[in-house]
Amino acid sequence: MDTTHMTLAELQRLLQARELSAKDLLSEHLMRIDNVDHDVKAFLRLTPDLAKEQAATADRALKAGEAGPLAGIPLAVKDVLCVKGVETTAGSQILRGFKAPYTGTAVGRLFEAGAVMVGVTNCDEFAMGSSTENSSYFPTHNPWALDRVPGGSSGGSASAVAAGEAVVSLGTDTGGSIRQPAALCGVVGMKPTYGRVSRYGLIAFASSLDQIGPFTRSVEDCAIVLEAMAGRDPLDATSSDRPNDVRRDFDAGVKGMKLGVPREYYDVDGIEPGVKAAIDKALDVLRGAGAEIVDVTLPHTDYGLAAYYILAPAECSSNLARFDGVKYGMSDQEATNITDAYMNSRRHGFGTEVRRRVMLGTYALSSGYYDAYYLKAQKVRTLIKRDFDTAFEKCDAIVSATSPTVAFPIGSKTKDPLAMYLCDVLTLGGNLAGLPGISVPCGLSEGLPVGLQVLAPQWREDVALRVARAYEVASGVKVEVAPL
Amino acid sequence: MSNEDLDAPSGRSGHLPGERGGHPSSWEVVIGMEVHVQPRTRTKMFCGCAVGQLGDPPNSNVCEICTGMPGVLPVINKAAVEACLKTALALNCEIPRHTKFDRKNYMYPDLPKGYQISQYDLPMSHDGVLELDGRKVRIRRVHLEEDTGKLVHAGDKLHMAKESFVDLNRAGIPLMEIVSEPDLRSADEARDYAVALRTLLRTIGASEAEMEKGQLRAEPNISIRRIGTEELGVKTELKNINSFRALHRAIQFEVARQVEVVESGGTVVQETRGWSEAEQRTFSQRSKEFAEDYRYFPEPDLPPLELDPKWIEALRIALPEMPGVRRSRLISEYGLPAADAGLITADVMLANLFEAAVKAGAQARPAANWVIGEVAPSGKLPSAEVLADVVKMVSGGSITRDQGREVLTESLSSGRAPAEIVAERGFAQDSDEASVKVIVEAVMVANPRAVEDYRAGKKQALGALMADVKKRAPQANPKVANSLLQKLLG
Repeated sequence: MDTTHMTLAELQRLLQARELSAKDLLSEHLMRIDNVDHDVKAFLRLTPDLAKEQAATADRALKAGEAGPLAGIPLAVKDVLCVKGVETTAGSQILRGFKAPYTGTAVGRLFEAGAVMVGVTNCDEFAMGSSTENSSYFPTHNPWALDRVPGGSSGGSASAVAAGEAVVSLGTDTGGSIRQPAALCGVVGMKPTYGRVSRYGLIAFASSLDQIGPFTRSVEDCAIVLEAMAGRDPLDATSSDRPNDVRRDFDAGVKGMKLGVPREYYDVDGIEPGVKAAIDKALDVLRGAGAEIVDVTLPHTDYGLAAYYILAPAECSSNLARFDGVKYGMSDQEATNITDAYMNSRRHGFGTEVRRRVMLGTYALSSGYYDAYYLKAQKVRTLIKRDFDTAFEKCDAIVSATSPTVAFPIGSKTKDPLAMYLCDVLTLGGNLAGLPGISVPCGLSEGLPVGLQVLAPQWREDVALRVARAYEVASGVKVEVAPL
Repeated sequence: MSNEDLDAPSGRSGHLPGERGGHPSSWEVVIGMEVHVQPRTRTKMFCGCAVGQLGDPPNSNVCEICTGMPGVLPVINKAAVEACLKTALALNCEIPRHTKFDRKNYMYPDLPKGYQISQYDLPMSHDGVLELDGRKVRIRRVHLEEDTGKLVHAGDKLHMAKESFVDLNRAGIPLMEIVSEPDLRSADEARDYAVALRTLLRTIGASEAEMEKGQLRAEPNISIRRIGTEELGVKTELKNINSFRALHRAIQFEVARQVEVVESGGTVVQETRGWSEAEQRTFSQRSKEFAEDYRYFPEPDLPPLELDPKWIEALRIALPEMPGVRRSRLISEYGLPAADAGLITADVMLANLFEAAVKAGAQARPAANWVIGEVAPSGKLPSAEVLADVVKMVSGGSITRDQGREVLTESLSSGRAPAEIVAERGFAQDSDEASVKVIVEAVMVANPRAVEDYRAGKKQALGALMADVKKRAPQANPKVANSLLQKLLG
């Protein structure tokens, strides 16, 4: 029995039956990390002391029969989520050495549910990127092909689960940063409806688009983790008090459901034939399970990428202003005036892509350009929301590839920001419209994992999870841990 | 309740201080006011930190939210919204159904997030009016935002300082910004406007509005133009003003400066100028050339606010009578002189005391005199019944005014009833003509010189005789004594 290859649900049963202790489960994971992470490089830092304390607490709770749904489950956390006393740097040098003075809501809720945090995972700096190569530390490697990227920005969290280093992990998704790496690493990843999970404690990239979500090895696990952290938080005014019903009708199947295939997504520019073939096969499986596959259209898709790359940088240019070298993190000590201190701290603290986006966003919000860029992009965002509303009149959920490509070689797109931005073309619409979306593995192309994306209407995580679960059951595709 | 900062106007309305400019009468002054007011709330605008006191140790009222730690989010303080809405209603503003917050982006060490959460194009309210002695001053908007922290420099000047310290106790404290149209025409009017705002804010309970504590900060925008022209001149904005007196003097100085600049062939530069209390002058702080582009955009961390019309209506109904309206009513209902009514309604507590004392039986005019002359300067409020008793006794002639003052003071400190104090001290005033006559005659005998003087036509000699009456018999009714003296001398 290799616990590093099992699902949360399976481990939950073993732990609750006292056939396995949280302590042992933790040491097996720490050993696995020790064995494989020098190749994968999913983690920026480990938190063994915290983990041991949490495992001991979980064992006591399990013994007392008061265990939460994640009791004893090894969890990896993306480097953008604040955990009290743990160095949290958003993958950036500017926050090097910054220990968060508080724990964010989503992580805190998983801790309350009994999770055992094993470490902090690598990511693109401030979650800006699609390959984790923009990390200021080092690139993370795809566990299925070490010379390839794991996707991004939550590449460390995706590969930690794919490599058996953590049972579940948390990522954040602003334009696809959970779903795309989940697809490229062959695991399940979900971005909830905007407002479903509190963003308190998430180092903001683009506040109106960011959401926290889980990486897991099954759709059921995904539902368990999401349910444990979802719900209204008085500290996040954008969090919703809607009922936490994400697991409603979880096993009801897709019989009689209408699943829309947007032609703009199906035939997206640059989609690889192998990916398309895997999606065709997945559509057959869903059809076989009783779903009706219907054509839908999202006519403003082409403008989505442009709107996204105005709005996200605009918000980031403001969100990142607090990293000024005055209160925390990297601080230039040579400057003799405040302007130089700002400029030097930020010039040395931020990487190329972050500086590029801060400049893009600053420009887009500038007086005289605001209407042409920011305001226009907001209008496009409204049109894209309307596209989805119209599409959902004809179907219950939308299915497509998560990423047009499989994992690409490390270094192959770093010189071409636009090519990198195109990685998000199928996912960022979900962020612009605030929709829940999940990526589930749907086979291989050229030996590498392909992801099937299911998008549902706002607040209908239950629908996305139900379709993904039905696909998982009908296809028999099981998430595997990469053979390292 | 101190009125020391309400010093007498130092110039006639609209009249310019001419000693520096050549022909002041050919210029018209145009002033618009931006006033920042700290609403009365227990906690900060977007976090649960206490709104502390002025002398609190640095960074003692802070948390991860108001210090701008990574990952934190703001949550709107409902009490601040309510105070802002009440203020807007009291200023007759329109309140929209939807309002939102925006980010004003600029970097400075006292601004922990690198942006201030404020309101840009959809403020909490707009288009109101404040009546100022019958003149209407238009209010452009009243909106809500957060305060910044405070920098403390180790050294005299920022660029000379070796070290600078940041105190974030004030960071995130709610502020209402009340912006007027450029409807004010003199330093007097600007000062009166600010005083009227303070009175209004205290009346509705929206703010303590203590200028010295920084709870009310007035920033006048000043320009001048040739009388008879419509076009607005280039304006300067004044900051660092921390009393009504300073507001008045700063505007006077700035107007004279602008007149001098223009009359000597120069042009006024659009800029922010600071007021130096020590030097009693304004100095250039920031010229418009270096003005920031604040890159306003909607605050994505706060959903737009939907203002429930039922809530607004409930707030409107609960508003007390506005000072201006009450002032007019005190004049018409009680026959008070306009000046007295103004002084009384400048403080809602005084106005309430006055009306309650009248209701308890005091005559209006004497009650008003007591409120203005005795209660307001003492800073201590008696109950309406106590004041009414004292006023009645003095007006009825049973005690003297001096005795009444003593009774009032004693009643305030001991809490005892005025009648009791009067009986105990034997203050009951002697109005019996026969017994007062004995005193008066004795005084006339004792002061032959004064009697002679009076009879020789020096009427002021009566004062000396009255003073002696008061000295020998404090309980003697002065009115009775006075008329007896005149009769006996005549």
